[in-house]
Amino acid sequence: MSEPNRPTAGSAPGESTVLADSGRQVLVPSMGLVLLVGISGSGKSTFGARHFAPSQVVSSDFCRALVCDDANDQAATPDAFDVLHYIVGVRLRRGRLTVVDATNVQRASRASLVALAKAHDVLVDAIVLDVPEALAVARNQSRADREIGSAAVNRQYRDLKRSLRSMRKEGFRRVHVLCDTEIDTVQVGTERPWNDRRELHGPFDVIGDVHGCLPELRTLLGDLGWQIVQDGAGRAVGAQHPEGRTAVFVGDLVDRGPDTPGVLRLVMGMVADGTALCVSGNHEAKLVRALKGAKVQVKHGLAESLAQIDAEGDDFRASALTFMDGLISHFVLDDGRLVVAHAGLKEAYHGRSSGRVRSFALYGDTTGETDEYGLPVRFPWATEYRGSATVVYGHTPTLVPEWVNNTICLDTGVVFGGSLTALRYPERQIVSVPAAEQYYAPARPLAAAVPEREPTTLDIDDVTGTRWLVTEHAGKVKIPAENAAAALEVMSRFAVDPRWLVYLPPTMSPAPASERDGFLEHPEQAFAEYAAAGVREVVCEEKHMGSRAVAVLTRDEATAAQRFGVADGTGVVYTRTGRAFFGADLGTELVDRLRSAVAPLFEALDTAWLVLDCELLPWSAKALGLIKDQYASVGAAAHAALPAAADVLAVAAARGLDVAALADRVTRRTVNAEAYRDAYAAYVRPTDGLDGVRLAPFQILAAEGRALAVTESHRWHLEQIATLTDPIITPTRHRYVDLSDETQKADAVQWWLDLTAAGGEGMVVKPVEPVRGLRPAGDRSARQNRGVQPGLKVRGREYLRIIYGPDYVDSLDVLRHRSLGHKKSLAHREHGLGIEALTRFVAGQPLWSVHQTVFAVLALESEPVDPRL
Amino acid sequence: MLLTVTTTHRPATDLGYLLFKHPDRVQEFRRSFGTVTVFYPEATDERCTVAVLLEIDPIRLARSVGRGAPDFSLAQYVNDRSYAASSLLGVAVADVFSTARSGRGDDHQALADTPIPLEIAIPVLPCRGGPQIARRVFEPLGWQVEADPIALDDRFDEWGDSRYVRLRLTGTVRLADALNQLHVLLPVMDESKHYWQGNDEVDKLLRSGEGWLVTHPDAELITRRYLGRRSGLTRHALERLAELSDEVAETFEPTDDEEATPPAVGSTGGQDPRFDVVLEAAGKPMIKLVREIVELTDLPLRVVKEQVNCTPSRIVGNVSQVTAERVKEALERCGASVALLERPVSDEARLGSDPSSPDGGELVQPVSIRTDSPDLPLNVQRHRAVLAALLELGARSVVDLGCGSGQFLAMLMAERRWVALPTGGQTKAPWFTRVVGTDVSTRSLQVAARRLRLDRLGERQAERIELLQGALTYTDTRLAGFDAAVLMEVIEHVDPERLPALERVVFGAAHPGAVLVTTPNSEYNPNYEGLTGMRHPDHRFEWTREEFRAWAERVAAEYGYTVELRGIGDLDPDRGTPTQMAVFRHE
Repeated sequence: MSEPNRPTAGSAPGESTVLADSGRQVLVPSMGLVLLVGISGSGKSTFGARHFAPSQVVSSDFCRALVCDDANDQAATPDAFDVLHYIVGVRLRRGRLTVVDATNVQRASRASLVALAKAHDVLVDAIVLDVPEALAVARNQSRADREIGSAAVNRQYRDLKRSLRSMRKEGFRRVHVLCDTEIDTVQVGTERPWNDRRELHGPFDVIGDVHGCLPELRTLLGDLGWQIVQDGAGRAVGAQHPEGRTAVFVGDLVDRGPDTPGVLRLVMGMVADGTALCVSGNHEAKLVRALKGAKVQVKHGLAESLAQIDAEGDDFRASALTFMDGLISHFVLDDGRLVVAHAGLKEAYHGRSSGRVRSFALYGDTTGETDEYGLPVRFPWATEYRGSATVVYGHTPTLVPEWVNNTICLDTGVVFGGSLTALRYPERQIVSVPAAEQYYAPARPLAAAVPEREPTTLDIDDVTGTRWLVTEHAGKVKIPAENAAAALEVMSRFAVDPRWLVYLPPTMSPAPASERDGFLEHPEQAFAEYAAAGVREVVCEEKHMGSRAVAVLTRDEATAAQRFGVADGTGVVYTRTGRAFFGADLGTELVDRLRSAVAPLFEALDTAWLVLDCELLPWSAKALGLIKDQYASVGAAAHAALPAAADVLAVAAARGLDVAALADRVTRRTVNAEAYRDAYAAYVRPTDGLDGVRLAPFQILAAEGRALAVTESHRWHLEQIATLTDPIITPTRHRYVDLSDETQKADAVQWWLDLTAAGGEGMVVKPVEPVRGLRPAGDRSARQNRGVQPGLKVRGREYLRIIYGPDYVDSLDVLRHRSLGHKKSLAHREHGLGIEALTRFVAGQPLWSVHQTVFAVLALESEPVDPRL
Repeated sequence: MLLTVTTTHRPATDLGYLLFKHPDRVQEFRRSFGTVTVFYPEATDERCTVAVLLEIDPIRLARSVGRGAPDFSLAQYVNDRSYAASSLLGVAVADVFSTARSGRGDDHQALADTPIPLEIAIPVLPCRGGPQIARRVFEPLGWQVEADPIALDDRFDEWGDSRYVRLRLTGTVRLADALNQLHVLLPVMDESKHYWQGNDEVDKLLRSGEGWLVTHPDAELITRRYLGRRSGLTRHALERLAELSDEVAETFEPTDDEEATPPAVGSTGGQDPRFDVVLEAAGKPMIKLVREIVELTDLPLRVVKEQVNCTPSRIVGNVSQVTAERVKEALERCGASVALLERPVSDEARLGSDPSSPDGGELVQPVSIRTDSPDLPLNVQRHRAVLAALLELGARSVVDLGCGSGQFLAMLMAERRWVALPTGGQTKAPWFTRVVGTDVSTRSLQVAARRLRLDRLGERQAERIELLQGALTYTDTRLAGFDAAVLMEVIEHVDPERLPALERVVFGAAHPGAVLVTTPNSEYNPNYEGLTGMRHPDHRFEWTREEFRAWAERVAAEYGYTVELRGIGDLDPDRGTPTQMAVFRHE
């Protein structure tokens, strides 16, 4: 463990190793490729094993054996190198340090590996093991498993010697040549790329394109709470934040504006003091070239900058050049959660180093075309961005900064008379100051950014295929590909616009079967299950016999447009599979009625939108087709057949046949059938348009800034909902039960009996306080009991006839053996996903991320589970 | 659950002998699905009634069906099997009266062989299609039929009738025939068979149908319904029936669209004289000829029947003499009169540059001359119109968005045209180099894969075709880079408010060189007799020509395309054509 040459096994990208300060040291890139170069017998494998983890070293011998079972079969070399390149490519894509153990003495073989590293935008080093030929030959001869002759070694040796002259020009970051004596004593360490500053956690104030607008920058820093440090001449030369914040400039400090040197002086001071970071913008890059005397087109405000800088004198000019020339193109901050680059950066380039990464960071993903104003057309990489890191950038002036898939452009065109904008991170708060004047005329008018929730930001890859979703409440949830395929059809053909679809309700398990005579379900089991899980108080909510409905309602069209990205509409009411209730006109009318009905909640919760979990009544409003086709049909058959059978049996009995037992059974089934017919008829009420339609909200899932389903107790929800008085709202009768109080439990049972005797469907029992049921990872026993169920339904005896059939009470012994495990597991996973979707939406996460989670609920619903549960 | 059979033959109690069940006994028979009780509520010389009462164990039924069954539906638990005279009752009757059903009468053989006055009463019979179906099915068998509909729920008058009827049949029929008819026809009325159907179902049907099914005018309907619309079994049964009577099979046409239309018979060579094979008259029996042509051309049955019914018609076009003679011979074996017509071969055609087609290829269609026949089914006309437009555009890579069961893909795969060889010569080669079908339904894609025989295609063919699951409201990089995209009868299945997403996915992100969109013309709808509302229950809208034009022009302008509008199908001078098509070309 404490050997001086400790292998760098498992070191995460970005970790540098600290080396003892004696002897020869070699530093290789922590995320990149290392080529071991040396003739056969030079000790490459030994060297690799000593300095790197076994998984980091990919050897050609290993790959040769992999493809043909013989590490010495030279005929297999082309195939072996195909495999080697593939493994190396995958590792580099994943950002893993990789060492290639092959002779690599020929330029061509090195070139293909260097190209592979470039293709993955990582740095590549070579470590040359330069041992005498004779030693290598001797080593080869002593090895039983080698068949390398001295002629071959001699050829390799000549190749190596030739290579050493020009290897440094082959695209390596560094070539480390180790002579015979150094090989055994050298220390190997890693160094991170300069852009990797993940150890910095801020908090940050990321500041958009300044373009020489010093007055606005000073004002903005002041607004953000910074204290400006001035020199004797009153010039700003630094700034400090009392809370220790760090400023991050997205580049384009210079050009066009009134005081480029002033801005540079301030930012250079802050960077030197360690209170700011700065990435290069395209304007700095060009200014550097101009200052270095390169021929550049002097436009876009460059002339003013050169003049202003020249006026500051040679010292300033030199230090400004040094500063700008040293700027790197992007930073990875806060454990990889924040990336800052001037023109943005796609995920595959985060933390990478290459010319094209720098070019992307400075200029964006240009297509090579120019628009009608002569400006380059940029590919909208942000709409395709699916990374978890927040990307903050500038470069393209927009009117208002808008989040697009967890990325944001802060260039609000201060120099064009717009404003100067900063983003407080991690607060995600936007702070802007208006420009004092228009310093420069824009080539094209400032445009709005791509709206974040624009519908085509959803891609097929966001939802299809097998995926694991990480949720806070249900851990990792697997969505199998076939479930996703099934959900895709439902989602794309029947569901409402995904921008509205921020939640889908989970399935709910019934209480365990009751042993009580005549009952399949009874409140006692629900109480017992919760008591055993350590729940102290539950709420029993009347289960309305209607259709589950989620209502997404906004106060006005502006909210719909701004928060949901929907230009024409103010809300939607959809079913548990995401379908709209009613047609277009009636749907709009319902939304409008509900918006006015819940207006008190907009006020009370200080929100412009709400998501409500509800039941839409009556059942027949949505399910009349099902009732007629399924339930009433069976009722009609029973209602006609059983009396006819009774008549025939009566005639037979009259002539003395012994059919008494059969006649008894027919009589009992007649009673059952009539009870069944009454059961479904109780949920049929005439409706005409919206007349007769009622909504029974029982939970306020979310409002601006708050995922209320997670944070608030059911007591709070029901109290809030009780303030609604509009007649379209139906209250949900409920009572609270202290599970340690036998009287309260008995009263609740009686309440349930009365409720169901009067035709009620039953009730739902839920823990009053929100469920936080993440089971301990890896605990096998916990797997059996996946935490506390968010709710258990206890359905009435009569209602169950339409679920289990009219005669189900005659087969209770069989039905009691139902298995609830799968249903409970599903309820748990779907609940976790639903909550996750709400949380993501409330947190302002991109549409794809919310949609992926909602889609997953629908996908899980396609799992086959006994539909009677 | 209940069925009674009464006779007024004297002495009526002979019914007990014919059924091999004593009139004074109550007999129970336990079966896997429940208990059958046979008893006689009446047994006098004047009138004797036997009652068959089936009590189903619903849980046992649900268990035996539900386990492993793919359609895990609520219907299995709350179902009418316990009350209605379903296929289960048919099985029960056949089972407990199997001796009587065989026509055996022992001491009363003469009576068993004689039609006797019978009255069959079924208080609740599921009767999909309504009482008229019961009449259609039973009346030709000599029954007087009373079929009274049963109300769905007398508490909700506005709901109307249920799918059940109270059925009373009276007639003078041999008892064994009556029982066999019940065995077959109860499931036929019910239309939902309760157990797995194997090939012996066909045997059962033919055995019970002996003597009456072949001559029944609705034999095909009965066969199809009895076998639960399983087309494979139905075809098998009809073939076997056809050996008994040609007429029956001739009326048969597959109801599903799974009939494959794989690559058609092509042609060989370039310099030889080319022939058309023309059917001048079809002999009898027609079915043999139809089948032969289907075999030879792999055309859909519907099209072939069209050809056979409307002689003279070209069966195969532009084939070599050898092929033509082979086809002629085969058709003549089926009793048809056939002529071979040599095609005028111009120099241009020999070189493969038919001046009538824009890009030098010649469209070889081994199909009927009546390509533009208004009598062809609209979907065939639509396919041909879209194919013609693709060829006109010169599109060689095509993605069919919403390909359904792959009919059009099959047509694209079959397309062969003259293509220049690198050596300077000409060859008849597949025109479409890349054919991709997408659909959101995995089931449709499975059907398409079967139709296209994807698992059996050679490598070169397989390289040209691909099926993908995709939804048109999600961008999809796999859809980019095609010469043309086809949206055939697709957009009307998308909610209007989701259309902008489809537009961005297809015209914006996938951005093919051309887009062909077809959709119904709602103005034409009055020409469909009895059509109320839209043409398909899943249509979210149907547009007038003006509405379609407005949409097409806006989309074209927004995404940089030009658009041209065309009609497909019969032209009504006032209402236009049934289908309208927009041809978008990328500028």
